[in-house]
Order: sequence, then C-alpha cells, then structure tokens
Amino acid sequence: MSTSKARWAAVTGHSLFWPVVALIALLVANTIYRPGFLSVEMKDGHLYGSLIDILRLAAPLILVGLGMTLVIATGGIDLSVGSVCAISGAIACLHISQQPDQNALGGVLVALALGVGLSLVLGVWNGALVSIIGIQPIIATLILMVAGRGLAQLITEGQIITINSEPYKAVGVGYLLTLPLAIFIAAGVALVVAAVTRRTALGMIIESVGGNAEASRLAGIRSGRITFLVYVISAVCAGIAGFMITANVSSADGNAAGLWIELDAILAVVIGGTSLAGGRFSLGGTILGALLIQTLTTTVYAMNISPQTSLLFKAVVVIAVCLIQAPAFRARFARRRPAAPAAPTAADQPKEQVPA
Amino acid sequence: MTTTSLTPTRDWWRIPQRYVPVLATLTLLLVMYGVGVSQYRAFSNVQVIFNVFIDNGFLLVVAVGMTFVILTGGIDLSVGSVVAMTAMMSASLLQGGVHPAPVLVIALLVGPMLGFLMGCVIHFFEIQPFIVTLAGMFFARGMCTFISKSSIPITDPFWTSMAQERIGDPKGNFVSISVLVAFVVVIVGAFVLAYTRLGRNVYALGGNQQSALLMGLPVGQTKIAVYAISGLCSAIGGILLSFYTLSGAPLIAVGMELDVIAAVVIGGTVLTGGSGYVFGTVLGVLVLGVIRTLITFDGSLNSWWTKIVIGGLLFAFILLQRLIGIRKK
Repeated sequence: MSTSKARWAAVTGHSLFWPVVALIALLVANTIYRPGFLSVEMKDGHLYGSLIDILRLAAPLILVGLGMTLVIATGGIDLSVGSVCAISGAIACLHISQQPDQNALGGVLVALALGVGLSLVLGVWNGALVSIIGIQPIIATLILMVAGRGLAQLITEGQIITINSEPYKAVGVGYLLTLPLAIFIAAGVALVVAAVTRRTALGMIIESVGGNAEASRLAGIRSGRITFLVYVISAVCAGIAGFMITANVSSADGNAAGLWIELDAILAVVIGGTSLAGGRFSLGGTILGALLIQTLTTTVYAMNISPQTSLLFKAVVVIAVCLIQAPAFRARFARRRPAAPAAPTAADQPKEQVPA
Repeated sequence: MTTTSLTPTRDWWRIPQRYVPVLATLTLLLVMYGVGVSQYRAFSNVQVIFNVFIDNGFLLVVAVGMTFVILTGGIDLSVGSVVAMTAMMSASLLQGGVHPAPVLVIALLVGPMLGFLMGCVIHFFEIQPFIVTLAGMFFARGMCTFISKSSIPITDPFWTSMAQERIGDPKGNFVSISVLVAFVVVIVGAFVLAYTRLGRNVYALGGNQQSALLMGLPVGQTKIAVYAISGLCSAIGGILLSFYTLSGAPLIAVGMELDVIAAVVIGGTVLTGGSGYVFGTVLGVLVLGVIRTLITFDGSLNSWWTKIVIGGLLFAFILLQRLIGIRKK
C-alpha cells in the first residue's frame, strides 16, 4: 500500500473525520443559502452573528454532553438529565421569584446553590441505584426521567414561573469580554472535566471500569465509587445546563425545560466517537458532536423548516454516523470478545447493562 | 411468599420464582382497586373498569409489542412516534379521499416496515437497539410534521362508526371496538410467545444470545422479527388511537414510549430479557390506567402526581426484580 493511501486511510479512519466533514458541510450549506452566515459583527462591545449564536445555544448541550460522556464511558447511560435540568431550573427560578428584590446578587447565588445542591442529591440517587443496588443504568435513570418531570412540575406547581432577574438572566444571555457568558461557563466546565480526567488517572480509571468493571475491581479500583461519581458529575452538569436553559427564557417550565436534551446529549456523545459499550471516551468529540447538533438545529430553523421536522434530519444524521462507525465498532467487538469470558455472575457489570 | 431456605425444596405452597413479579403486580392492582372502591362510591361501577380499557386500549396493544422486544433484551424507543405517524398518515390519506380499506392496509404496513428496517440495522450492523430506535423515533416524529403541521380531523364514516360503536349489556355498560381489537392482539401475542417456535426463540435470545446462537436458533431472524412485531403493534395502536381521538395530530403520544416501558416493567418483564409474560404486561397497563383513574377521582391531586407515582412504582418493581435476581444466585 502506498504511503499517500495509508495517510488517507489514517485521516478517514479517524473517529472524528466524518463528524468534522458533516460540520463543515453544514456550515458551507448555510453559507451558500445565506451568504451572511459566517459574518460576525461587533455591536455595543458584543460580538453578534450566527456562529456566536450557535456557540451560545450549544452551551447547555455541551455541559450535559460532558457529563453524559463520562457516564457512557463507564458503560452506563443517564436518561434523567433532561428532568434534572428542569428541576434545577425550577428550584432556582422559584427561589428567585420569592425574593423581594429579584436583581439582588445574593439571592441569585443562593438560588444557584440550591439548584446545584438539588442536582447533587439527584445524582447521588442515580449513582446509588446503579452502583449500590446494581440496577441497569438505562432503567435506574428512567425512574428519575419519568418521576423528575413530575417533581419539576410539583416545584413549579404546574405553572410557568417567570422571573425578572438580571443576574440570573446573565447565565443564559449575558456577555463577558464580548462573548456570551454561557460559552465561558461551558468552556470552564469542559476544561475542569478535561483536566481532572486527562491530567490525573481518573480518566483511565473510568475507562477501565467501562471496559470491565469486575476486572477493574480485582485490579484494585473501587469500581462502585467511580460509577457512583460519574452519575453525580452528570447530574451537576445537567443542573448547570438547567440554569442556562431557564435563564435563556427567564422562566421555568417543568414540562418543556430540557425536553429531549438527553437524546441530543447521547447523540452528541455517539457522534463524538465514544462507544456506547463503554471503555473509551472523547471529550473533544462530544463538544464537536454538540456543536454539530446545534448547527443542524440552527440550520433547520434558518431554512424555515418546522422544528419538529428537524427531527427527520437528526434521524438521518444518527443513522449515518452510526453506520459509518459500525465497522470500527464491530472490529473492536471482535477483538474484545475472546478476551471477555462469559461471566454469569456479572449482574453488576455495567457493560451488559445497556441492552445490546 | 419468601423463604430463606437454600435447599431447593418443592413445597406445594411455594410459588415459582418466575411468577413472583406478576403476582406482585396483580396484588398491587387489586389493592389499588380496593382502595378506589373503599374511597369513592362510583368507583365500584363496572363501567369504570371498562373505561380503563377504553382509555388504554392502544397503550395495551403497543405494550404487547414492547414485551416482545424487551424479552429479547432490546428496547424500542420509537413506538410513541410510530403510533403518532400511523394516526397522522391515516388521517391525511382519509382527508385526501382514499377509501378506508387501502388506508388501513397502508397504515398497517408502514409501522412493521420501519420496525423491520430498524431490526435489520440492529442485527447486521450490531448497533445498539437504543440508538437505532432513537433514530427511528426521530424519523417517525419528523414524518408527522412533514405530513402536516397541524392536527387533521377524521370525518370518514367507517372511522366514526368504529369510534362510536358501543358493545355492551342492557345496563348501559359498554366497551369500544378498540378494546376488542386490543384483546385480540393480547391473545395472539400471548399465544405466539407461549406456544410457537418464534416465542421460544424470543425467550432463548433474551436468556443468552450466545447460547441461542450456539444452539442453532435463528438469532438474526428472531431479532428482526421482534422489532417488526413491535412496529406492527405500534401501527395497530396508532389506528386505535385515531379511532379514539378521531384525528391525527403531530404531537400526539409524545413520551408514550416511557409509559409503555413502565407498563412492561411493572408487569414483571425483566429488562435484561428472557423472563416475562404478556399477561403481566396487561396488568402493568391496568395499573397505570387505575392510577390515572384514581387521580382523576381524587380531584385534589394534580396530573403530575401520575408521573411521580409511576416513577415510584418503577423503582419498587425494579427493586423487586433485583431482589429475586439476587436470591436466584
């Protein structure tokens, strides 16, 4: 095989090759359709433009996706993130709406702390179900996904709580150094997660738990604690995303906040090349996946197609990405199969818990 | 019901372990019904039970299909969207003046077709059912709005007669035709699972796919078949829903897949596959229906309590499955 051919194969074989191609194709299509798409203007010290909007709107998805990546890396899945978004947004908005001065920074900070605290509790619940009781992740988090919507509506008492708080609104639409604040929050969380997982052994430990929880435990890793931890991280990320989603519209709707975000987040993770079977993850890929999904959504809106019909395009993207990645998946399965002995007692082995 | 004895004694009073979840569901259903009857006088009316069936007939049909899929250890997230797509397509074709007979045929073909395709992708490309049916869900939901952005009313005489036909006793208690269709689907589903080769294969596949393959069972065919069956059940469910609402709306049955999965799990089917019964699924659907009825009767509880209670029940039943699973070891 000639070297150029080999290099071409290496480029196309990279797990992020097709997502990048898709993203570029979308951007090009947008630019052809609307020549002003790529322009970014400076107004009142803020940058404006479609690209900035995409970044800002993708921020919650990136946050949820980061948490989801870690969960999926352990071979689990977290379906409850949308409900957690709704709950944390609802409790924060409820607290702010009860303040005499909604613009007081102190009240907003307490509201944010309440939201994060509640998300922590929900994460602990998910983590306990999966790692201590040993329920399959898809089902354990399904419980909170169903009940969580009810809880969010319970907090808002079925109403849409509208607030008028500048500091809270800033989380969603505020600006810092010409760029939307949400981008900085997402980037900050991404950096922290990346630093903690890639600069310490934690990332490798998470991957090893995803590869084989039982083997990792025998090797001296506390698999249960790692599993527990990723669900807590995922819930906290979702909680912060919930602030952004509710701050964007300055209101909390227990039914609509964060609806479908779990599916978008899983999609982003899969597009980013993280295997749903666990054992490997790519944070950069997830961020790319989230940007791709948001670009797709924005494109569909810009082309005057109804938001629901955008699901058609998402379906095409999911299947296309999965099919393209499938041979790689199969090769990996083929290599892994002889190495994994059929363990009948592997009830608490996360790898078997996502129904295959 | 429980015993800590480790020796496998076969006492006559000992309930086989595989029946425990179904019996627990049955007990729960009876208790809930008892609570309803003791609290509200009108609850003992036979029509209340019939209404539960009338309101949940389509859910029952879809849940039978989901039982097949979950028994193989898979999951089908597309059911709610396929239900909506079928209802939407029927409504749109009828509006276009097509005769009801071809409409029924087309509507009943599209669902299984989509299920068949998803099954093929799952089997041949070894992609997780979760993600494939997620794509199917997006696709079907997108098709709904593609067909029409707003709700389409159905005025076809066949449809309206199916919707209004009441089959009942002289005392005025009645069921709709949908309920009879649902019963037929349940009986056929239960028969296929219990007495046919396909049914045995489904259980074998869910028990252990590797073993099923080594035994020479047609793993691929079975896998594709269950998704096609689920698609067919969703299509029938969609038609029943269009009988019930006499319209097709793009956002109907959103989140239904969760209700269906909850019903199947509450009905005692183990989510890793290999264990469960259609009868349990019927009980699971009834439990959901009775919860809704109780909350309606109460009046002071709000609709969101339904979700919280369903979540709580899901938790309790999964815990029960888990406990039985531990004891098996």
